[in-house]
Amino acid sequence: MEKENQLLEDITNAEYEFGFVTDIPMDIIPAGLNEDTVRFISKKKNEPEWLLEWRLKGYKIFKDAPMPSWQNFDLPPMNFQSVSYYAEPKVKKKLNSLDEVDPELLETFAKLGIPLNEQKHLAGVAVDAVFDSVSIATTYKTKLKELGIIFCSFGEAVQEHPDLVKKYLGTVVPHSDNIFASLNTAVFSDGSFVYIPKGVRCPMELSTYFRINAENTGQFERTLIIADEGSYVSYLEGCTAPKRDENQLHAAVVELIAMEGAEIKYSTVQNWYPGDKDGIGGIYNFVTKRGICKGKNSRISWTQVETGSSITWKYPSVILQGDNSEGEFYSVAVTKNAQIADTGTKMMHLGKNTRSRIISKGISAGKSQNSYRGLVFVGPKADNARNFTQCDSLLLGSNCGAHTFPYIEVKNDTAMVEHEATASKIGEDQVFYLNQRGIDSENAVALIVNGYVKEVLNQLPMEFAVEAQKLLSLTLEGSVG
Amino acid sequence: MLTIKDLHAQVDGKEILKGINLQVNAGEVHAIMGPNGSGKSSLASVLAGRENYEVTNGEVVFEGKDLLEMAPEIRAREGVFLAFQYPIEIPGVSNINFLRTALNEIRTYKNLPPLDARSFMKLSKERQDLVEFDAKLVNRSLNEGFSGGEKKRNEIFQLAMLEPKLSILDETDSGLDIDALRIVANGVNKLRSKDNAFVMITHYQRLLDYIVPDFVHVLYNGRIIKSGTKELALELEEKGYDWVKEAYYEETV
Ligand SMILES: Nc1ncnc2c1ncn2[C@@H]1O[C@H](COP(=O)(O)OP(=O)(O)OP(=O)(O)O)[C@@H](O)[C@H]1O
Ligand SMILES: [Mg+2]
Repeated sequence: MEKENQLLEDITNAEYEFGFVTDIPMDIIPAGLNEDTVRFISKKKNEPEWLLEWRLKGYKIFKDAPMPSWQNFDLPPMNFQSVSYYAEPKVKKKLNSLDEVDPELLETFAKLGIPLNEQKHLAGVAVDAVFDSVSIATTYKTKLKELGIIFCSFGEAVQEHPDLVKKYLGTVVPHSDNIFASLNTAVFSDGSFVYIPKGVRCPMELSTYFRINAENTGQFERTLIIADEGSYVSYLEGCTAPKRDENQLHAAVVELIAMEGAEIKYSTVQNWYPGDKDGIGGIYNFVTKRGICKGKNSRISWTQVETGSSITWKYPSVILQGDNSEGEFYSVAVTKNAQIADTGTKMMHLGKNTRSRIISKGISAGKSQNSYRGLVFVGPKADNARNFTQCDSLLLGSNCGAHTFPYIEVKNDTAMVEHEATASKIGEDQVFYLNQRGIDSENAVALIVNGYVKEVLNQLPMEFAVEAQKLLSLTLEGSVG
Repeated sequence: MLTIKDLHAQVDGKEILKGINLQVNAGEVHAIMGPNGSGKSSLASVLAGRENYEVTNGEVVFEGKDLLEMAPEIRAREGVFLAFQYPIEIPGVSNINFLRTALNEIRTYKNLPPLDARSFMKLSKERQDLVEFDAKLVNRSLNEGFSGGEKKRNEIFQLAMLEPKLSILDETDSGLDIDALRIVANGVNKLRSKDNAFVMITHYQRLLDYIVPDFVHVLYNGRIIKSGTKELALELEEKGYDWVKEAYYEETV
């Protein structure tokens, strides 16, 4: 018992590693949101009229949209008028190569361990780095271009590939989906765009690091990935943010579209600033992520490792429209101190023989609250739909909460939906067993936790699995005295 | 190697060990027998450093050092190994990765470089053969879903890998089938040397046919009430514990 309390205390005291601020001159617009703000952003980004119209539609819905009320925590008050909706590093000219990027910015990325330099290129990682609102460096573009793959900032896609953007934007997450998605529609600043042509297997992991740096700015990026017939892409997103006492809102939208026979793997390692041990500060992470398996035999797989943010509210989902399509959701969510995570997925089975698999692993410590919320929906035409769901919760201590809210809605008799759930505590016996073999308690907890999340980490690309494992150890560092 | 003097320990305010004295020298094998609940596993736990046992009196010196001062992992690194009566399952942690971590922690403590993957695999293969440990179990999750006997054999495999100075086997023989008992005993015999020592907690003479002890002790109600040589175990097997208890009470009254 005493050991456990010590464990709690130490977890509480583990410091956030990425809380530095980069000092770079920024162009920031004054706080506040109205139609003019939306117009300003659109103009700043030199957008076509249709996109401005769409933003304004989002804004109109946002203005009157209710806050969600069903989550398992009290929504903190959010003053949308106190946020600045646009920030960009002051750069004089268009950058042609990495050498022209502000060295301080590069240093920031270096601190974050973002593979922007040449050696990292050799490691086969193409990075589109989003620093506050503007994408500053996109690497590996040429090589991808040869294959017809488009991987660029969202802003660039709007300029260079407006037809593709227009065709797919908002088709999976409509502008009216929920208040945060509507807000994003109105003010999204940048993000990533990916298009994989028919039959092309993207030869490398595509990766974007987002980072909120400027004070009092929200981050509203938008990601759109289209995998055309028979193509394949694996995409990774990683996030950190500096340490501040103010809460910052992060309301991103991600849309994935998989055509017939296509496969999209989307992995997230989320390590936004979680607030301090008393719950002061931290990112409000309200994100809408959804994919559609549009064509037959297509496949979408979400993998997420969530360790940061003071509040996480996200439900990466899959609409299984094409017959024989497959959706997967693998999640590890770690909460400590006063963090709140309400996360899970929706699997919407519409087509025949559609399959989905949900593996969710929650780890809670401190006085945090960790909820899994999931919906498995089987429509009337989805003959032989199959779902398997497993939700496990691991508790480190006795002041934290783990909750599961699995909803099942089946409108077809041939469906088979399976649900398993477990809750366990890291046993002193387990720690002692490892101690007795020469392993100290800290490493013992790390081993046990890594064992617990292995099934999910195995889904990540190799180098990111290693990174995620390190992040988990770091997050739970000093967890035992 | 190990000197226990007047060791008293309690758990939740209840005294379990009531003055244990024991001397174990390098090269020796000791057997500890005694009725259920007499404190055998408790003694093993106290030596290994389990936190819920509070030592209220006495001392334990291991290789010239105060054992009771050390954290459990330090005791392990100094060379104390406990084969648990009930080995714990740790889901998702691969048996072999766990062992590699353990071995390298111990090596680091001894200022030895960590074993590279190749040498480690070689060692592992060699020790698997030595204790005839099923290769399939090596890569499974640590004890997860292992049968009772497989768990016990995994303890012995770990022992063979970590090469401790002092091994305490808490009823490792219980739950082993006849062949497994012989195999495990052979393994232990091969691992015995003039530099290490074994303390075997057991209920059965059978094990002692294979691993012949130098000394046999009877633990009863938190005390060692009789010590002897291997003949004592035979006598206990035949007559039970009552005569030892009676003799002890007559002596103390
Ligand atoms: N946490 C505890 N709280 C109270 N009593 C305990 C606790 N742990 C052990 N005991 C008691 O201590 C005594 C000794 O237990 P121990 O496990 O050492 O016996 P043992 O000699 O190993 O028995 P067996 O042969 O059955 O394995 C028992 O009476 C047991 O109930
Ligand atoms: Mg026992």
